[in-house]
Amino acid sequence: MNKTLFDKVWDKHVVHSIKNGPEVLFIDRHMVHEVTSPVAFLGLKKRNIKVMYPERTFATADHNTPTINQHLPVKDPLSANQLRALEENSKTYNISYWGLGHKKNGIVHVIGPEYGITLPGATIVCGDSHTSTHGAFGAIAFGIGTSEVEMVLSTQCIMQQKPKSMRINIDGSLSKGVTPKDVALYIISMLSTSGATGFFVEYSGDVFNQMSMEGRMTVCNLSIEMGARGGMIAPDHKTFKYIKGREFAPKGLKWDEAMKYWKTLFSDKGVKFDKEYHFHGKDIEPMITYGTNPGMGTSILKGIPKSNNIDGGGQTYKKSLEYMSFNEGDKMIGKKIDFVFLGSCTNGRIEDFRSFAAIVKGRKKAKNVTAWLVPGSHMVEKAIKDEGLLDVLKEAGFELREPGCSACLAMNDDKIPPGKYAVSTSNRNFEGRQGPGSRTLLASPLVAAAAAITGEVTDPRSFF
Amino acid sequence: MSCEKFTILKSSAVPLPIENVDTDQIIPARFLKATERKGFGANLFRDWRYESDNTPKKDFVLNNEKFSGEILVGGKNFGSGSSREHAAWAIYDYGFRCVVSSFFADIFRNNCLNIGVLPVQVSPDFLKKIFFEIEKNPKIEFTIDLKEQKIIISDNNFSTEFFEINNYKKQNMINGFDDIDYLINIKPDIKKFANKMPV
Repeated sequence: MNKTLFDKVWDKHVVHSIKNGPEVLFIDRHMVHEVTSPVAFLGLKKRNIKVMYPERTFATADHNTPTINQHLPVKDPLSANQLRALEENSKTYNISYWGLGHKKNGIVHVIGPEYGITLPGATIVCGDSHTSTHGAFGAIAFGIGTSEVEMVLSTQCIMQQKPKSMRINIDGSLSKGVTPKDVALYIISMLSTSGATGFFVEYSGDVFNQMSMEGRMTVCNLSIEMGARGGMIAPDHKTFKYIKGREFAPKGLKWDEAMKYWKTLFSDKGVKFDKEYHFHGKDIEPMITYGTNPGMGTSILKGIPKSNNIDGGGQTYKKSLEYMSFNEGDKMIGKKIDFVFLGSCTNGRIEDFRSFAAIVKGRKKAKNVTAWLVPGSHMVEKAIKDEGLLDVLKEAGFELREPGCSACLAMNDDKIPPGKYAVSTSNRNFEGRQGPGSRTLLASPLVAAAAAITGEVTDPRSFF
Repeated sequence: MSCEKFTILKSSAVPLPIENVDTDQIIPARFLKATERKGFGANLFRDWRYESDNTPKKDFVLNNEKFSGEILVGGKNFGSGSSREHAAWAIYDYGFRCVVSSFFADIFRNNCLNIGVLPVQVSPDFLKKIFFEIEKNPKIEFTIDLKEQKIIISDNNFSTEFFEINNYKKQNMINGFDDIDYLINIKPDIKKFANKMPV
């Protein structure tokens, strides 16, 4: 029988099927961070059970960590307490822990691939919705709640209803200045923030074939922003090349064995998806969001749509524009901004810093803009220095902070002040997401860099 | 550790006719720093509910004495965004046992089911009717009958709609079981399965 990529990986991991109910899915690799895990560990304690397969779980600290002076004790007592809890739990349950200050520390979805924890054909979960990132390698990867974290710790399984299948095809190629982030924001703007709810998405077509692994991670990362449980891309030579030699990737005979399986990971010809979309690369332009969910995005050259063009949701739409203090029909180009944030599990990888640096090279940061440049991990940080990008950034008036989730969700001190506008390479523009009252414009690293130079929303192509 | 049992709930409802209510609104990230599951209800809808100086915002529904009850009724695509189970905890801790909407985000729906909050998905028309009836009479009672999978409005016609829930989750909620109980029971099978999965 013809199978989709998703079916192949899913079926391989079903331990049990319950009639008219969910399936028991075996989880190959589990990532844990400090915010969504403490209550799960507490559950284990209450039940007096151990972690079933500690070697399959990896813990890191990222959501709550400061991005300056990481060598000093964490000031916020609540954050410090949560970080301590993860460290203690990791020790008690024999889980590898890459905490603050550890050279492998970084954002959970950045370090997973960096260390070869993320593999094709695997099932990967984490108590974080952007776990979908790992789908870039042809893995089934998705975010789970804390009860489910407890399930995985205690039995290495979760109970899941099999989602419906969706394929998004984008043919052709991208124009200069159009990045994977724009591709994702374009898709979400077409499908809406709930357009893929109930589905698991496969991305296919030339645009994704041509994309780097980093780019594929950015696209898969944002799958959740259209409601999808996850998104995945069939592994190819780029995927295998990226993984080979990484610390936790299989080696020697195990590599050969793994490759045999990985090479079967594609959707069979003629297989039917529950839903399918077709777009073309040439129709995508640099994107920016103007509202309070990631579906409210537009080409940077266009204006904010009128509410009478919005299906049913006029009232919510107006509330959203009111929060942003924007008007229907406003042009996005030229809007004044106050902050720029480069980083997060969406755009905190080396390629993103290369893009940003390419724009700001030989130019100066606008005086009225505060810029936070936060690498996704120490490995990214090291590459920024090794490649000489840090010098470029410094000359242009930027500083580099230390790794973490930072202003993406503003759990630490990196908060955008009330009423201020931030062009942000992160993933959510919800009300208050980057700090109470903050106003977020989601965009690519190129658009963020251009805004950091001019102090307003700017088409990065004008710098080429 | 089991959940509270859920069979029939009769209650008035609190209306929140906004679409795409995301989990950052339900509980903002800065309140996720606890290491225990308690006290989240105080910060439910924090930034919609309170000014920055902590005075209640009068026009927000949770601050309006007219509305009360164990049922929260939200607009389409309720619970989108972050996977934080804290959102479901906050709803539960505040005193809601059921959330009604015409569409739920996946992870939020699972989180609710896992902690004993019943997500009831109704048709867009029925949702409209619910909002209309609450506006007419804020004290109007709703019956959520999990066994029969029915939601009934106590209006003149006792308008009723059937809702879907998978049978396994339904039995779990009725009996107060959780998934971990089930999984622990099949551990020998999981072990056998795990042996053939490369680490």
